[in-house]
Amino acid sequence: MQINSPHFKESAKIALHDVGLQKALGNLKAGFPTKRAAAVARLPEFDQLRDEAAALKNHIIENLDIYLEEFEANVLKNGGHVHWCRTADDACKTVLDICKEVDAKTVTKGKSMVTEEINLNDFLEKNGIEPVETDLGEYILQLRGDHPSHIIAPAIHLNLEDVSDIFHEKHKRPKSDDPAVLMQEAREMLRKKFVAADVGITGANFCVAETGSTLIVTNEGNGDLTQTLPKTHIVVTSIEKVVPTLEDMTLFLRLLARSATGQEFSVYNTLSTGPKRAEDQDGPENFHVVLVDNGRSDMVGGELQDMLRCIRCSACMNHCPVYGAVGGHSYGWVYPGPMGSVLTPQMIGIEQAGLLPNASTFCGKCESVCPVRIPLPKLMRHWRESEFSKHLSPKAVRWGLGSWAFFAKRPRLYRWLSRAANKSMRLLGKQNGKISKLPMASGWTQFRDMPAPANRTFMDLYKTQKASEKSS
Amino acid sequence: MNTLDKPAQVGLFVTCLVDMFRPSVGFATIKLLEAAGCHVSVPDAQTCCGQPAFNSGDRSTTQDIAKRTIEAFDGFEYVVGPSGSCIGMLHQYAELFDEKDPWKARAESLKARAYEVTTFLTEVMPLNLADLSLPIQATYHDSCAGLRELGIKQQPRELLAQVAGLTLNEMTESETCCGFGGTFCVKYPDISNRMVSNKTEHIVASQATLLLGGDMGCLLNMAGKLKREGHAIEVRHVIEVLAGMTDEPAIGEAHYDLGQPAQGVQHAN
Repeated sequence: MQINSPHFKESAKIALHDVGLQKALGNLKAGFPTKRAAAVARLPEFDQLRDEAAALKNHIIENLDIYLEEFEANVLKNGGHVHWCRTADDACKTVLDICKEVDAKTVTKGKSMVTEEINLNDFLEKNGIEPVETDLGEYILQLRGDHPSHIIAPAIHLNLEDVSDIFHEKHKRPKSDDPAVLMQEAREMLRKKFVAADVGITGANFCVAETGSTLIVTNEGNGDLTQTLPKTHIVVTSIEKVVPTLEDMTLFLRLLARSATGQEFSVYNTLSTGPKRAEDQDGPENFHVVLVDNGRSDMVGGELQDMLRCIRCSACMNHCPVYGAVGGHSYGWVYPGPMGSVLTPQMIGIEQAGLLPNASTFCGKCESVCPVRIPLPKLMRHWRESEFSKHLSPKAVRWGLGSWAFFAKRPRLYRWLSRAANKSMRLLGKQNGKISKLPMASGWTQFRDMPAPANRTFMDLYKTQKASEKSS
Repeated sequence: MNTLDKPAQVGLFVTCLVDMFRPSVGFATIKLLEAAGCHVSVPDAQTCCGQPAFNSGDRSTTQDIAKRTIEAFDGFEYVVGPSGSCIGMLHQYAELFDEKDPWKARAESLKARAYEVTTFLTEVMPLNLADLSLPIQATYHDSCAGLRELGIKQQPRELLAQVAGLTLNEMTESETCCGFGGTFCVKYPDISNRMVSNKTEHIVASQATLLLGGDMGCLLNMAGKLKREGHAIEVRHVIEVLAGMTDEPAIGEAHYDLGQPAQGVQHAN
């Protein structure tokens, strides 16, 4: 996927004036957060589960090598294969090699953000293999040549009209704006693809070390058809998805659905444990797990380690006022919202993604809803520190901060500065108590007035008052 | 609390925006702290809490400012300020220093003593506001740092409930960020504008004629937007209402004559 993160501000500006997008974002805001709140209210031990899940994830990350090797051993025992891929390129090539081995022409795909991260579709297409997205949202996006703007609701930026238009154009059927009709159309189109596919590619929400199983969570059932019908099933997932046991997995499942969509449980929770056995009637003959690192192991033991707890529920972006204003595409890469503002700089470099961790008021809403208690503002601040120490922050900001800091470390001079600022703003606002234009703060006065300050600073008034108390 | 029946020694953390924009909030805080039985001092060595540096990624400047603030408030039983955001920053100082650094323990000590004013007046030195009356419909914005870092939600409401005649019309999404975010509002003006526009929409819909909050940054942001949109809703820091200092012009309403002292001083005596 093309990186557009350096243009965050321009994209955001366009997004803010995109009527269709704003309508769609309005639906998101009214939907997921309300449903999550209701689901949480129905489960009194929700916060306790969050503590347990965060602690368990910490334990897993500290023992990542052990659990990954256990997972690998059990996949092999089940007759599957595990491929360790350090980079996105390695992972794409590995998938292509497997596809070539079975002479694949088309592959069906369940929704997978890791395959978006490694840009698998483009790579397969360039190499003559047709990838077919089977998640309804992803399918719509593929028809449009579009990309996900949300990690669990990829087409959340679209409205019914957009779907109606693209189906009419691509399916060559009479135009309909009935969701049931559109859904049926997609089913019919996809059914043929499911049957014809040589390979099915899914992601995994969790990899279970004790059984060598992978699990996908969906609400459409497309994942099941993707992984059971073709002869070869490739699971493309990342190393932090491993959990020790099935029981551990259920702890995360209880949190995941509630945090994401407000469901008690997702509709389909499907485990894949190796290829078809002799006594099985269905299932793939070949089972491959492609384990992607792509910068994750560098996070172990570092400032960003907490981010590896993420279970990709999307609660942070669903509740983020910045995401809610500008939508996912503005972030310019695969992962949007607060979790993306932490992950994207790690994956594409802070030089390209620097605007993202700055695009937060640090309101803390994301952290307050995170099921595994990731301190997202703190991690975004880590990137700001990294930018600052690499001298990447804009010159004007550094100069301003530096001059301000000079005063802030010197109380007497700071008094003088406050007094000067008070006086100059007072002069600007003396007509009516508000300032409509303020030098160096046009970002403020473009949209709002600056309330004029009082006549003197508090410190000056207080001193005068104390002096008069003494003399009287 | 003190056992010797001496008044609690409180150091007032003024905060930059109160110092520069709204001295009345500082005097209102002193007035209420004194009414609660405290002896209040204003250390002259204080400047800013350091949040602009902290959130801009300048850790070493933040550490320097933290050390100065810790020193300025050494020896006070309590440190109280009219801002959840700035007091929240004081609470984060400890994270700036390594375990071995002697400043860490001093930062922890400051954290244990530092309170946002409405929390202090409900949980540490509860204040009785009898005889206070203000017949008005108000609404309250929960500022993010206070709400989520310090758990300030019921405290200002408990105090406001003591004000005779004041009804609180809770707005939709009172806990959603107003889009101020310190430097955010000038770095990302378009997004900030959308956020504050959403906010003013909810404020207006609440039908309140008075907007209250506990942080000057958010209040200046919302007052500025309400003014620009032409709404006649008054904006005040909650502490001004609690101190009965509402004859001071509301935020952004003043017709100041240069050189004349602000009215707040008289009320503080």
